[in-house]
Amino acid sequence: MALLEVGSVNAFYGAVHALKGVSLAVEKGEILTLIGGNGAGKTTTLRAISGMVRPRNGTVKFDGQDITGTPPNELVGRGLVHVPEGRGIFANLTVAENLELGAYTRHDRAGIAADLERAFELFPRVKERQKQLAGTLSGGEQQMVAIARALLARPKLLLLDEPSLGLAPQLVATIFSIIREINRQGVTILLVEQNANMALKVAHRAVVLEVGQVAMSGNAADLASSDAVKKAYLGH
Amino acid sequence: MAATGALGASIPKHRPSSEQLLRTAVLPWFVVLVLAVLAQIVLQPLLGEYGAKVARQAGIFIIAAVSLNVVNGFTGQFSMGHAGFMAVGGYVAAFTTYYGSMVLYGSADKLAYPVVAGVTLPLTTGHLLMLAGIALGGCVAAVLGLLVGLPSLRLRGDYLAIVTLGFGEIVRVLLELSGPQMFTAAEVKDATVKQWLSFPVGGSLGFSGIPTYADAFWVFLLAAGTCLIAYRIKQSSSGRAFLSIREDEIAARAMGINLTAYKVRAFVFAAFFGGVAGGLLVHSGVPSQPSIAGFQASFEIIIMVVLGGLGSISGAVLAAIILSVLPEMLRNLAEFRLILYALLLIVMMLVRPKGLFGVREVWELGRGGGSGGGGGGSVSGGGGR
Repeated sequence: MALLEVGSVNAFYGAVHALKGVSLAVEKGEILTLIGGNGAGKTTTLRAISGMVRPRNGTVKFDGQDITGTPPNELVGRGLVHVPEGRGIFANLTVAENLELGAYTRHDRAGIAADLERAFELFPRVKERQKQLAGTLSGGEQQMVAIARALLARPKLLLLDEPSLGLAPQLVATIFSIIREINRQGVTILLVEQNANMALKVAHRAVVLEVGQVAMSGNAADLASSDAVKKAYLGH
Repeated sequence: MAATGALGASIPKHRPSSEQLLRTAVLPWFVVLVLAVLAQIVLQPLLGEYGAKVARQAGIFIIAAVSLNVVNGFTGQFSMGHAGFMAVGGYVAAFTTYYGSMVLYGSADKLAYPVVAGVTLPLTTGHLLMLAGIALGGCVAAVLGLLVGLPSLRLRGDYLAIVTLGFGEIVRVLLELSGPQMFTAAEVKDATVKQWLSFPVGGSLGFSGIPTYADAFWVFLLAAGTCLIAYRIKQSSSGRAFLSIREDEIAARAMGINLTAYKVRAFVFAAFFGGVAGGLLVHSGVPSQPSIAGFQASFEIIIMVVLGGLGSISGAVLAAIILSVLPEMLRNLAEFRLILYALLLIVMMLVRPKGLFGVREVWELGRGGGSGGGGGGSVSGGGGR
């Protein structure tokens, strides 16, 4: 059984029909990437899963339970954690305070401390900057804080929305290798990316969205070599 | 304690020992008590009758500013109706003490203070009546805070500001429509139910003759207590939730924080302590008029919060003191007071756009709290109003 099952979800922003019956499944332990152009509905799909947007109809199943329309504050504790687009750092709080907020729904102190160590191993830079205000970090460091913060919620499924947005190419490579490492440690990842090239390299499988509908899906490697994807998203 | 310290260090490994408990739970309240006693003993001889009155006034505005800071500063919601909650708490407290005294003692005169071993104690049954009134006033204000908060906290920024502004004005108008005050015990005795239902607090003439039980001890006990509670909240997980909402609502939601629940919590807390501040105010000899609920009164408290730094408790305390003392020093220029306020704010926004201390407390300033870009977004934008 898949860890996450999205079944023909429709979502609207006012009168705008953003998701037109999107279905996808994320298997336990994999990285699934969601690619597509602007306005294809990638972010909305993540939002519909994490409860930020309420789907008009369709179902979202996580870990065998129906979570359609459940607000995020009830999902984070169950292991479904969303890192929103544009990082969403608490700029006027220190890095350490940001990380504390990641463990907001948890009360197991020993577990939090262990996860913190794990996050610091993945992101040594974040450890160095603990006492600094998060708003004074570089874009890449802020993205690292956002992901480290999400890890402190001990996710089973991590939703990452555009982690490479606005980062220098070298940093993009670093972030993606860390994403792969997080996955190797047992976290299932649903990755939304504009940088389809990189996304298809780290992901096991991929789903291509076009104007609110699933256009293609399959193995990441197969899609990367398919002519249609190459032409539309990979720029060669 | 160290908010900015390493995360691991801030998580205690085991349950606190009784010694730790004494230090963290009992000691601060003991300090609050000592401060209150000191205020009672020292203020009058040191500052004189008039100076002590101004000091008490400052103490009351400390409560008002620190409580509003929880909404406007910590949580980043722009409430402009704090004086409305103060007025509700104040009038309920005044009603309780005034008519309670009428019924119990036959007049609303102050009771004689007991003298124990040559020391005059500010503690009579009248004081207990006042405290009960203040607690009741705070609760009524908190319930109103909940009623106003639940629907309106779905609104953002300017819209919330307008709703809360409207709340203050509604309170003011309702108080102006209240029934005429009863001045003698006989009148109170013969009063009909209808008369009581009209809430006989004097309408636009104001509510006068409220016994002035708000001695320095009580003012500073409640002021220091409010600061302590607010500080504890700031350090708690609720405090972090408030701050995260102010910083970025979407990210806060993504971290599992229930936005509406926390906004309402902040609002109710602020309303309660606003009501407490109002309760003290009406017992401090200041004439109780419906205008204490008005826009100008709310505005003055907002200025204190913005001036002190949105989110800084010590900043709000300092600003409340400055803005209570300053107008007294500038008595001769009374009409220009607001111009001066406005100028002060403009200069502040230019020199220190995040207020005196920003989010941090006075003693945290060395740790890079004062720096950091313009930030504050809509919050500091709102401060410019």
